[in-house]
Amino acid sequence: MPPYSPSASAPLVRSLRLPSPSPLLPRTLPSSHLSRLRLPSFRRRLLLSVSTAVRAMASEGGEDHRLPRIASTIRVIPDFPKPGIMFQDITTLLLDHEAFRDTIDMFVERYRDKRITVVAGIEARGFIFGPPIALAIGCKFVPMRKPKKLPGEVISEEYSLEYGTDKMEMHVGAVQPGDRALVIDDLIATGGTLSAAIRLLERVGAEVVECACVIELPELQGYQRLGGKPLFVLVKAAEGEAVV
Amino acid sequence: MACGEDKEQKQDPRIEGIAASIRVVPDFPKKGIMFQDITTLLLDPKTFKNTVDLFVERYLGKDISVVAGIEARGFIFGPPIALAIGAKFIPLRKPRKLPGEVISEKYVLEYGTDCLEMHVGAVQPGDRALVVDDLIATGGTLCAAMNLLERAGAEVVECACVIELPELKGREKLNGKPLYILVESR
Repeated sequence: MPPYSPSASAPLVRSLRLPSPSPLLPRTLPSSHLSRLRLPSFRRRLLLSVSTAVRAMASEGGEDHRLPRIASTIRVIPDFPKPGIMFQDITTLLLDHEAFRDTIDMFVERYRDKRITVVAGIEARGFIFGPPIALAIGCKFVPMRKPKKLPGEVISEEYSLEYGTDKMEMHVGAVQPGDRALVIDDLIATGGTLSAAIRLLERVGAEVVECACVIELPELQGYQRLGGKPLFVLVKAAEGEAVV
Repeated sequence: MACGEDKEQKQDPRIEGIAASIRVVPDFPKKGIMFQDITTLLLDPKTFKNTVDLFVERYLGKDISVVAGIEARGFIFGPPIALAIGAKFIPLRKPRKLPGEVISEKYVLEYGTDCLEMHVGAVQPGDRALVVDDLIATGGTLCAAMNLLERAGAEVVECACVIELPELKGREKLNGKPLYILVESR
């Protein structure tokens, strides 16, 4: 397994600009696939870039050949859930069986030899990515849920929203002291939800090894809210300047 | 109590372990309800794997092109099945969670109604679909899910759940569509 250095600071970003063809794209991509990478015109250009932590996994010094397809399947919906927000929609990734499988494979390859004993998935889109990873590496899956969804005894952690607060809950007894945990969600924005999940796991004595998301919005600097825990993402999404 | 899919056949040996791993929590979410908690199943990797395998063995090679999972516990069982059988996964969600254009189906609750939504364009006419959830109770949610898929032109091949509460007769709400379950809870 190539060495990687978990760190709280953001991994260096190499831009993979779309839609214009990039030298970073593997030459083996068929041209029909390149045309799929052309984004419909939005008011703002979407820059998708690839973390160099991921580059550590790639073969032959280039970024992993699966990433462009994964990135291209993510759909951006403007002004959802409210005006000004460019929503990163992973449901289109789930419609592409190869992209979904590759997404899971990339996480599994990273974690299978790291003695992970728990995958904690954040409701609800963390429930889509977490269980396949847990099944592949042979460890427990623990759902981290909104209040009053989990039956029986729970512990609760409050976290900040833009306006007000919310709560996340985990079952008492699901995780033991000494458990080595991964926290999974589809996307990290401000890091509030992930940091609540980390605190819940640490309160019961688990060690959070890493947080893993498909997408990061690096401008929101969520990685700084992870209590020093490392973050691994496949795709970074940012808003650029307006283009045609 | 556990049962296999077919009472004439011997029960698959994995079923017993699956049934035993489900925790019953009394009086949740309200008094009188015995809640079937699958989170304890998910804590045992072997049992979780057996659960998924039983569904995958049934559906592999049946030309299923879509697995539709009902929020939120259907999101836990659906994707591993979809990945193993080479199908798309489609989340069916509570209102206002899915971005972009959706179609919506109302269904009846004990008091009042709720809504299930699916993305426009996720499913094409001719798609062969499975609907997956952790449990069937009254069948209201599953029925709404089937309606969404059929409105988009898909053929619902079967509904698949880990647990059935047979006394609630959810099966009868499925318009004749078959239901496959691993465990009955009485």
